[in-house]
Amino acid sequence: MTSQHPPVEDWATDFDHTDPRWVADPFPIWDELRSRCPVAHSERYGGTWMPLRHEDVAAVAYDTEHFTSRSVVVSEVRPGPEDLPAPIGLAPPITSDPPFHALARRLLLPAFSPKRIQALEPLTRDLCVELLDASAGRPVVDAAVDYAEHIPLRVIVGMLGFPQEDADIFRRFIRMVLEDVDQSAEERQALVEDRELDEYMDARIAEHIANPQDDLTTFLLEAELDGRKLDPDHVRGTMVLLMIAGIDTTWSAIGAALWHLAQHPDDRRRLAAEPDLVPTAVEEFLRAYAPVTMARLVAQDFDFRGRALKEGDWLLLPFPAANRDPEFFPDADKVMIDRSDNRHAAFGLGIHRCIGSNLARMELRVALEEWMKRYPEFDLADPGAVTWSAGQVRGPRTVPVRVAAAD
Amino acid sequence: MHVHVDREKCQGHNRCYALAPELFDVDDLGNAFELNDGLVPEGLEDKARRAVANCPEYAISISE
Repeated sequence: MTSQHPPVEDWATDFDHTDPRWVADPFPIWDELRSRCPVAHSERYGGTWMPLRHEDVAAVAYDTEHFTSRSVVVSEVRPGPEDLPAPIGLAPPITSDPPFHALARRLLLPAFSPKRIQALEPLTRDLCVELLDASAGRPVVDAAVDYAEHIPLRVIVGMLGFPQEDADIFRRFIRMVLEDVDQSAEERQALVEDRELDEYMDARIAEHIANPQDDLTTFLLEAELDGRKLDPDHVRGTMVLLMIAGIDTTWSAIGAALWHLAQHPDDRRRLAAEPDLVPTAVEEFLRAYAPVTMARLVAQDFDFRGRALKEGDWLLLPFPAANRDPEFFPDADKVMIDRSDNRHAAFGLGIHRCIGSNLARMELRVALEEWMKRYPEFDLADPGAVTWSAGQVRGPRTVPVRVAAAD
Repeated sequence: MHVHVDREKCQGHNRCYALAPELFDVDDLGNAFELNDGLVPEGLEDKARRAVANCPEYAISISE
């Protein structure tokens, strides 16, 4: 992965989450920063802060007064208050602030409750088996390309009632929104003005208005807040959010877990022998390889841990770094698949806790269970061929593994 | 032993419900609440402790 930006000289004063070294291996960078300056600063993206300790990441996540969620993806383009009608934002509720946030969130929560998600487990399992069948007999399977990326994509596309054959379009949208964040302000602005993503959603909305379905799109079109239908921008923004946040996050988590197991035969054999350990291992993979770094905009000038934050500054909120804080987790740098006390923050903290966390956990658990049943033995076919995504969602995009089918 | 969920702190991570469904349930919004007025039946004390130790929001407490 190359970056359009110059290489980082000093991480404490010039960090950049699209730098190829960060993309390949951010852990030593976070460890260095945590000990040097618990809140780092960079002039990049027009000024960006980054806390590293669990305590500080949590403090920002809980402080919705000094930090706004109006934009949660750091790039050269920062929305002004006039661009996005606060407090709704572009993709409610992730871009919403209180008090509107709670209303938009409450609307969606029942669709993602543990009991509703449980009902999707058989379909998810069938899908995993189907993907494994499709690559059966091959000596090398790509755990990301042939497996991980398809699972959340197909599940969320089914929940939204979008055409499954549009998978390539969704992958392109995700790349555009989340990965190409090192583009110039002009390039970023052109994307916003192009409206391709909005037009795609508008076409799906028109189809669902003509033919209502039992899916989330029709649910959003018929939902009411305070006795009124949702604003069309709210419906479209939430659809964009669910599609983007529901796919590459879990794809990253599944890929990272399989990447770990491919290199750790002890963990692999233990998990194959003790399938009951999978839910505990899932939490440890989420802690150690949390895919999602969030972001905030500073809402008002504010001194935080001795740093003078200015209104409009970006702040990267690295939950993955908080999950590696040795002050908070014993043996934070060790992956222990039987870690029983695990208050990790992979799904965030506070009012913006990932709404899809039950779905993500179910997908990750089922994906690992079915993979391990089929391929109890596997290892990296070519460690040099593993690539990682750039930006705020981190996961392996190619993980070729040598497989040996179960007897 | 009793468990207690602080509804103000709970953000619906659902870890307690996943780890100890005998002691906790969740409503339609995913918010947790304790079953049987929080009374922990004998033999489930470890499950109660695990629920506490896995809540990212520190929303669960135990009283002996």
